[in-house]
Amino acid sequence: MQTSDSKESPREIVVPGDLLAISSKNAGPGTYSEGGKIFASQLGIKHVRPDSISVVPLAGQYIPYRGDLVVGKIVDIGASNWLVDINSPYPAPLHVNEVPWRVEFGETGRFMSIGDIVLIKVVGVDERKRIQVSMQEHGLRKLSGGMVIEVSPSKVPRVIGKNGSMIQMLKNETGCRIYVGQNGRIWVDGELDNIVLAVKAIRMIEDEAHSLGLTEKVKQFLEQNSRRGA
Amino acid sequence: MGGTPTDLKLIDENGRRIDGRLPEEMRPLKIEAGVLKRADGSAYVEWGNNKVMAAVYGPRECHPRHLQNPERALVQCHYNMASFSVDDRKRPGPDRRSHEISKIISEALTNVVFTEYFPRTSIDVYIEVLQANAGTRCAGLTAASVALADAGVPMRDLVASCAAGKVADTVVVDLNKEEDNFGNADIPVGYVPRTGEIVLLQMDGDLSQEQFEKGLGMAVEACKKVSVLQRDALKRRYAAKADEGAEPTEIREGA
Repeated sequence: MQTSDSKESPREIVVPGDLLAISSKNAGPGTYSEGGKIFASQLGIKHVRPDSISVVPLAGQYIPYRGDLVVGKIVDIGASNWLVDINSPYPAPLHVNEVPWRVEFGETGRFMSIGDIVLIKVVGVDERKRIQVSMQEHGLRKLSGGMVIEVSPSKVPRVIGKNGSMIQMLKNETGCRIYVGQNGRIWVDGELDNIVLAVKAIRMIEDEAHSLGLTEKVKQFLEQNSRRGA
Repeated sequence: MGGTPTDLKLIDENGRRIDGRLPEEMRPLKIEAGVLKRADGSAYVEWGNNKVMAAVYGPRECHPRHLQNPERALVQCHYNMASFSVDDRKRPGPDRRSHEISKIISEALTNVVFTEYFPRTSIDVYIEVLQANAGTRCAGLTAASVALADAGVPMRDLVASCAAGKVADTVVVDLNKEEDNFGNADIPVGYVPRTGEIVLLQMDGDLSQEQFEKGLGMAVEACKKVSVLQRDALKRRYAAKADEGAEPTEIREGA
């Protein structure tokens, strides 16, 4: 890991209660304002934008938001719904009306059973954090085969990369099919060797989530290892 | 508290305490964040001869369900002393004292956590005392707030905690075992440095009002020192990776 003294200032680690600014800027995620001052509410990295201040968290649970694509696991079956674990404090019932098939009452078990992995979207979260999920959009489906790994939800943006650069590169280099859920679950499928390589690369991203030029580093890693394998 | 053995001199002619400290001097304190791999957040505190571990899980689904609050998260603390933490073997399991400490620490932490962000959930804090030498509830609270921050739980501030007390008619800070057993009073304090709020205050023994106020002031000063170490422990955990950091453009909008 390189440590250059020249660029220490923009990556400041803040702790809950740290004063971030005395200004009229908006208090973004990971912060709170009190008496015209903005404080950090989470352990993370301070991030100043022209109109707001936020803290990019270093840890934390996945909290669902509307529009999130998540990788879920069926944990229970009801007469008209499946209960999906989406790696958050809140259970997500998937109703039969939200799947692409016509399911008769009580026939849910014939379509998906406990342990199945699904790619779903969060379509609604109310103020009491009751979750609604759907499988009816294009590309959403039950995922068969492959394997699922879990990373910290706070590191998902790093796995995806700027405009999807990291994940695109991973897919190209390993030839795997990969879905990254906002909830920190990643589904990988392909040749066994390639899966192993992709998982190693993802673990590397997780470990070094804070280093600069990570995409390049991972690319190098993948190129070296796939050549050895060939 | 029992009578003081006549031969035990808690404060000597030079005003030094039994372990050589001055009245306003704390025991050495060491804090480390992120020591447990399987917990969402954790911290280890060595405070004099106290050794305390804290682990945080959650926010997670609250069980049993009837405890759920539809509007906020529950901070549930479990304080436990290891059977080998004291001289005579401590009979394992919950008792009156550990229930009390769990309750007051939960309440102290609830004051700083943004519980309204996670309705219906529970944030579980486990405090394990591995070695006790008086002041474990303060060490436990100090460790618990570091562990909470390490778990990424949104909070207004970290709670710092330290005790004050009266020993041989002198007001002192951060009592050790002998002072706690044979002294006159003990006041644990939980303090929020940013706002100056006191979120935990107990008193065992008796003090005059002047002595109480003096002790409280000394405990608050000590808490401020504890707070500096807590922040340092959390920053140190990521310091190696700090100079680089996450790329800001990747933050999910509207999160």
